[in-house]
Amino acid sequence: MTPAMLLSAAVFFALACVVLAMLLCTLRLMIGPAAQDRVLALDTLWMCVMLLALLLGIRHGSQIYFEAALIIALLGFVSTIALAKFLMRGEVIE
Amino acid sequence: MSALESLPWWAAIVTAFLLVLGGLITVLGTLGLARLQSFYQRIHGPAITITLGAGCILLASMLYFTVTQARLVIHELLISVFVLMTAPVVAMLIMRAGVYRDMRASRDEHDGDDVNSP
Amino acid sequence: MRRWLPSPLLSASLLVMWLLLNQSMAPGHWLLGAVLGIVAPLLARPLQPHGHARIHRPLALFRLLWFSAIEIVRSCFNVSQIILLRRSADVNSQFIRVPLDLRSPHGLALLSCLINSTPGTVWVEIIPDSHELLLHVFDLHDEAWWVDTIKTRYEQPIIEVFEGPGTDATGERT
Repeated sequence: MTPAMLLSAAVFFALACVVLAMLLCTLRLMIGPAAQDRVLALDTLWMCVMLLALLLGIRHGSQIYFEAALIIALLGFVSTIALAKFLMRGEVIE
Repeated sequence: MSALESLPWWAAIVTAFLLVLGGLITVLGTLGLARLQSFYQRIHGPAITITLGAGCILLASMLYFTVTQARLVIHELLISVFVLMTAPVVAMLIMRAGVYRDMRASRDEHDGDDVNSP
Repeated sequence: MRRWLPSPLLSASLLVMWLLLNQSMAPGHWLLGAVLGIVAPLLARPLQPHGHARIHRPLALFRLLWFSAIEIVRSCFNVSQIILLRRSADVNSQFIRVPLDLRSPHGLALLSCLINSTPGTVWVEIIPDSHELLLHVFDLHDEAWWVDTIKTRYEQPIIEVFEGPGTDATGERT
């Protein structure tokens, strides 16, 4: 057992956890009784995808994934704000 | 992968601990999202994922790259600051959307006052 | 100075953001970051209806942020315990109202960020007539305790940070 093996096992465990979290989000996205539940689930899904990108970055030892994670966080924020605004007023641009 | 082989034990143990903790907290938050009954309870679940889960994984990423590249890599701080500043706004907007929609629905149902109204 | 650098803190954080994004300390990046830090606040000034925030007591701000970080970790464990162990119908989720004295818009923004970052509480809105804050609490056991905590632990330091002891914020805005 080397440190690298311990680390790759931990990364694998965390990846499995995040994928499970994404599955739970998808479940709520599909069964959510109201539209706001679905928006909440979608927002959490964005967050999980961002964590997934970071974990893949650690797994492959590459910094490229950081940019991807940053862009995912930005896009998730903007799209969730637009959806929530739409639910609140019925229009995105007032 | 020569950098990975020279990883010291302490860094591997701390990073692995942070990763496992972050993964478990992430699952817990979304478990709350999937399992709780009403929308107003469900909105509290992902808050754990966003603050502590993302925080642990970001810390692990910072530590790992700092040790393997032998220089200070802290640009993950940008993501944490961004997430910490935007997640509250998102939570507030979704909450208000839910409250307004419930108010509108109960107003349409019976033209009286409703329970949720401030 | 005031005219070209309306908010030194904002400019400095933009410079730091630029350096972090490029992961470089080369002089060229310092120059580009400085240009960004000076030009962006000037261009964005018409977009800010309340002007830039003035922080009167940075030490109180750091103490407040440290306290809320501890509070975030603590309530994370509380909320995860509830999610894991209790049935959903037993959790007493309630809306509560907190009367606020805080008027500064930047202070209110900071307060809402801190409250929403803490798992277990979500800010809904401020009722315009009575200036009360409508808050949703995940597991409510004592309403008076929540009102007291928010007023003494969060609101009082924020008033100190943004409005200063004894002065009002309106005279300080640029």
